[in-house]
Amino acid sequence: MSRRAAAIAFLLPALLYVLVFFGYPLVYNLLMSLRDFSVRSFYTGQAPFVGVANYVAALGNPVFARAALNTVWFTVGSIVFQFGIGLALAVFFNGRFLGSATLRALLLLPWLLPLVVSGAVWRWIFDQDHGVLNTALRLVGLPAIPWLTDTGWALPAVILTNIWIGIPFNLVLLHGGLRAIPGSLYEAAALDGAGGWQRFRSITWPLLRPVTGIVLMLGLVYTIKVFDVIMVITGGGPANATQTLTTFSYSLSFHDFAFGQGAAIGNVLILVSTVFGFVYLRSARESLT
Amino acid sequence: MRGWIRTGVGVLIVLVLLFPLYWMLNASLQPSGALLRPTPEFLPLPATLDGYREALATQGGHLLSSLLVAGGTVVVSLVIATPAAYSLAQLRWRGGPVFVFALLIVQMIPGIVMANSLYALFGDLGLIDNYLGLVLADSTATVPFAILVLRAFMVAIPRELSEAARVDGAGHWRTFVSIIVPVSRNAVVTAGVFAFLFAWADFLFAMTLTTGQGIEPVTVGIYRFVGNQTADWNGIMATAVLAAIPAAILLVVAQRYVVAGMTGGAVKE
Repeated sequence: MSRRAAAIAFLLPALLYVLVFFGYPLVYNLLMSLRDFSVRSFYTGQAPFVGVANYVAALGNPVFARAALNTVWFTVGSIVFQFGIGLALAVFFNGRFLGSATLRALLLLPWLLPLVVSGAVWRWIFDQDHGVLNTALRLVGLPAIPWLTDTGWALPAVILTNIWIGIPFNLVLLHGGLRAIPGSLYEAAALDGAGGWQRFRSITWPLLRPVTGIVLMLGLVYTIKVFDVIMVITGGGPANATQTLTTFSYSLSFHDFAFGQGAAIGNVLILVSTVFGFVYLRSARESLT
Repeated sequence: MRGWIRTGVGVLIVLVLLFPLYWMLNASLQPSGALLRPTPEFLPLPATLDGYREALATQGGHLLSSLLVAGGTVVVSLVIATPAAYSLAQLRWRGGPVFVFALLIVQMIPGIVMANSLYALFGDLGLIDNYLGLVLADSTATVPFAILVLRAFMVAIPRELSEAARVDGAGHWRTFVSIIVPVSRNAVVTAGVFAFLFAWADFLFAMTLTTGQGIEPVTVGIYRFVGNQTADWNGIMATAVLAAIPAAILLVVAQRYVVAGMTGGAVKE
């Protein structure tokens, strides 16, 4: 067999898989978004073409604006704190001291757990009457907070949970980046009398830039499509206070059975993700090829 | 900072960040009634295994379903991804780079879009409430990742190695099976571990591609358990602990591969 034939033969299963399980759904999703696709469609096979009516209906729905704004807050809030705390911890655990490797490994645990598990645990922590968070507040004389039933507190609560989940990812990637910085630079800076903060600002931060870009972009692409955490903790409520684009698309399709509108929101999500995705690929191009 | 002070601060950080997990364990070992007292008990004394008995009785089957789906996803992902990675890294067909780029792009497609259209597709194929259906759906997330991780590893295998085997008369398949796969063992384990972790944790596909009448992975089980109005936190937290066990085990026995996978998808060291 020639090398070319062998190359194609070995690649064939993957090619077919991608065509069937990505190509088909993407096209199908696009067609679905242009049709009046309801539960009946599954039985009758009839889904009349309606043009952009699904987009008009879904984007005009007041919940859409709310979900879009929530997605922005959720994403920005999560990433700023995940990254900040992850970076601080990466710097802290970068030094060699007794147990540093073991402790760092333990911190991976929140990231490895199924999101549904983390969500359930935090829902218990946020419980208004019996949750440990409100117990702590009462202990220091503050009033209990209705974390998950108040429209103002629910979003901060799910963001807090997601920050907790995302810290390990930022920690591991940034720690990898820190290790690649030659120690001799720090020694030279120390000889020149540079303090800790100065060394961070003039050595660590600039040399970490490429990794920083990748971590932030990946965080963005992952966080925009958040689903599990929100479904388990609040289900998008109360009164859509934690509805995001993904949970909105889900509820249109699988709750209201307006599959066409769900697909329309899905396509909006694809658009947003690919824009950030391309920015990521551009910034990561050198380390990928 | 002196070494031992730093260790002390490090321990403190870990205790604070892992407190929610302790709280899960704590609640899983206390009688339901004790959890509803005005002030919580910080130690599960006296401990009870009632929660675990209930978890196994009501969620045991769901745990088994998740295990089957996760195992199936590992097999499907590796069977598809390993030869593809060999082709992309060593045989280098002209269309390869385009395919790699396509993989990077499809990785970013939000799961809800896949779920939306797979629901319609699987409805036609009779793959709703079906193990194969869930395995194939979960593989949409794990196959691209596995190909990229394996390819990144196999690119570094010297071409002379497989060419030497070819000179000795081994065909492409023989070369792949007896040279490339054994040499790539670490990357195969990494890809497998991540396929397992993803499929075990999957909630979106489990939620959309099952009806509640047939198979039910444990993530959906926990979701429904939590959603019950008479929330029984002892049983829920016990189920959560059981569902967390695979991650904990992998962290202990395969930590190297986990870290490699976390960074492998993003930065090359």
